[in-house]
Amino acid sequence: MENNNTYWQENLRLILISLVIWFIVSFGFGILLVDELNEFRLGGYKLGFWFAQQGSIYAFLGLIFWYSKKMNDLDEKYDAE
Amino acid sequence: MDELKLYTYIAVFGTFGLYFAIAIWARAGSTSEFYAAGGGITPLQNGMAIGADWMSAASFISMAGLIAFLGYGGSVFLMGWTGGYVLLAMCLAPYMRKHGKFTVPEFVGDRFYSRTARIVTIICLIVASVTYIIGQMKGVGVAFSRFLEVEYDTGLYIGMGVVFFYAVLGGMKGITYTQIAQYVVLITAYTIPAVFISFQLTGNPIPQLGLGSTLADGSGVYLLDKLDLVVTDLGFKEYTVGKMGGTLNMFAYTLSLMIGTAGLPHVIMRFFTVPSVKAARASAGYALIFIALLYTVAPAVGAMARYNLMNTIEPSAGQNLDYEQRPQWFKDWEKTGLLEFSDKNGDGKIQYTADKNTNEMVKVDRDIMVLANPSIANLPNWVIALVAAGGLAAALSTAAGLLLAISSSISHDLLKGILTPDMTEKTELLTGRVVMSISILFAGYLGLNPPGFAAGTVALAFGLAASSIFPALMMGIFSRTMNDKGAIAGMCAGLGVTMLYVFQHKGIMFIPGTSFLGSMQPDWFLGISPNAFGAVGAIVNFAVAFIVLKMTQPAPQEIRDLVDNFRSPHGEVASAHDH
Repeated sequence: MENNNTYWQENLRLILISLVIWFIVSFGFGILLVDELNEFRLGGYKLGFWFAQQGSIYAFLGLIFWYSKKMNDLDEKYDAE
Repeated sequence: MDELKLYTYIAVFGTFGLYFAIAIWARAGSTSEFYAAGGGITPLQNGMAIGADWMSAASFISMAGLIAFLGYGGSVFLMGWTGGYVLLAMCLAPYMRKHGKFTVPEFVGDRFYSRTARIVTIICLIVASVTYIIGQMKGVGVAFSRFLEVEYDTGLYIGMGVVFFYAVLGGMKGITYTQIAQYVVLITAYTIPAVFISFQLTGNPIPQLGLGSTLADGSGVYLLDKLDLVVTDLGFKEYTVGKMGGTLNMFAYTLSLMIGTAGLPHVIMRFFTVPSVKAARASAGYALIFIALLYTVAPAVGAMARYNLMNTIEPSAGQNLDYEQRPQWFKDWEKTGLLEFSDKNGDGKIQYTADKNTNEMVKVDRDIMVLANPSIANLPNWVIALVAAGGLAAALSTAAGLLLAISSSISHDLLKGILTPDMTEKTELLTGRVVMSISILFAGYLGLNPPGFAAGTVALAFGLAASSIFPALMMGIFSRTMNDKGAIAGMCAGLGVTMLYVFQHKGIMFIPGTSFLGSMQPDWFLGISPNAFGAVGAIVNFAVAFIVLKMTQPAPQEIRDLVDNFRSPHGEVASAHDH
C-alpha cells in the first residue's frame, strides 16, 4: 500500500511536468504568446506560427516517449521490490 | 482522362482486394477477438491502426483545405487533434487498460458502480459515433463520384459493402489488420503529392522543411512571406497571422478538440487491444508518430495549395487568368458545383478577392483543395489515382472503428451488460455482428439522406466527448472518492450546457423551428464559437460533479480499492479474455 502510494505520487509528478510542457508549447507558444514569438524567425517560419503548426506536435511526441520511458523505469523499480 | 480512370480503378479496387484478403485471413472466432482482437496486438501495429482509425475523411480531405483558407487560424485543428494523445497516454489509456474491460461504458459503469452512469455513457457514445459516421459515409460517396464518375449513391453502396465484409466478419481483429493496411495506403497517398509539390515550389522535397524554405523561382523570397503578400494584396487575412475568432476562441477550440480526442470511445477502445499497460503507453506514442506524419505535412499541403491556386488565377499582380484559358482541373471541379465562377465585371478574366462585391470565384469549396491539389500542380495521373484510394482508406477505416464502438456498446454493454446478462458468448458474438450490420445500413441511410446538420456533426461529436466522457474518465481515475451521483450529475450538466449552446441557433437536434436565443450572436459567451464550447462544458461537468460529491456520500471502500488497483504497477493486468 505504502509503495503503491509513492509509485502513484511519482507518476503524478511525471504527468504534471509533462502537462506543463504540453501547455507551454501549444497553448503558450502557439496561441497566447504567438504574436510575441512571431517577431523571431526559424528560416521562413515565423516562430509562433511554427510552434502552432509544427513545433507543438514534435513536442507532444517527445513528451509521450519521455513519459513512457520514465514510467517503464518506475515500473521496474517498484516491481523489483 | 481515360488513363487516369484506369489508374484510379486499379488503385481503388486493388486496395479493396487487399482489405478483403486480410478480412478472410483475420476472421474473429470469439467475443474477445471480436471486441479487442484477442488482446494480442503489438504497440507498433496498434499505433498504425489507431492512426487509420483516427484519421478520417475529415483529416485526409478537409483539414488541409481548412488550413489553406484559415492560415494560422487552422492551427487549432493541428494542435487539437494531436495534443489529445498526450492526455490519452498519461491520463487515461494505461489505467483503463489495467482495469481490463472491453468498452468505455463498462469502465464507467464499474468505476461509478452505477448502471445509470453506464447507460448515460452508452447514449453519449452512440450519438457521438453515429454523427461521426455520417461524415465518413459522405466522404466515401464524394470520393467515388469524383474519381470514378459513378453516382454518389452507387459509391456509397460499394463503400457499405466493403465495410460490411471486413468489419462484420473480422470484428476488432479484422478491422485492426485492415486498418494497418489502410494506414499505409493513406499516408502514401497523402505524402507523395506533398513531396512533389514541395519540391516543385521550393526545391526541398521534405514538405515540413519546404514550407519554411525560399521559393525555387530564384527570387530568394520565403514561400510563407510570398503567400502573406499575395493574400493580403487581395484583401484576405495575412496567412501566417490571421486568427480564427479571438485568442480566447482559439484557446477554447484547441482545448475542446484535445479533450474531445481523448474522450472519443472508438479511439480509447483501441488501447484495450494491446497485451499490457506498458504497451498501452507505447501505443499512444506510436499512434502519434503515425498521425504526426500526416499532421505535420498538412500545413505544407494547405499553404502550397493556396499558393498554387492564387498563382494559377493571378500569375502576377494584375495579370488575371482568362476564363477561357482555365485549366482542365478547373473545368472538372466546376462540373461538381464545388467551384464556381461568375464574371461580375464582364472582362472575361478571373478576379479572386476578399471583397464580396468584386470577387468572381463565388464558390471555392474547401474540401476540394486536397483532392484537386495534384492536378493543380500538374502531377502525373498515378499520383491522382493514389489520392482517391487514400481518401477512401481514410473514410473506410474510421467508419469501421466507429461501427465497432457502436456495436460493442449495444451488444456488450446494453444487451449483455444490462438487459440479458445470461447471454452466451456465442449469442453475444452473433448479436455483435447483427448490430453491426444494422448500424451499417443505418449509417448508409444517413449517408444517402444526410440530415441538414451534417456540417455541424463533427462539432457535436467532439462536444459530446469533451463535455461528458472525458471528465467522467478523468475523475474516475484521478479521484478516489468521486461517487456515482457526482459523475452522473456532472455528465448531464456538461452535456446539457454544450448541447444547448450548439443547438441555440441550429434548433434542438437541428430540428428547424426549435432554435432559441435567436437575438444573440452564436458566440455570445466570451466570443467562444459553438464548435469550441466542449471545453466550457467540461469545466461545468467537473464543477457540478465536485459540488454534488460534497453533498453526498463518497465512493465506498471497494471502489477505492478498485482505483488503487488500476493505478498500481502490481497485480494482474486483467485480461480481456476472461469474459
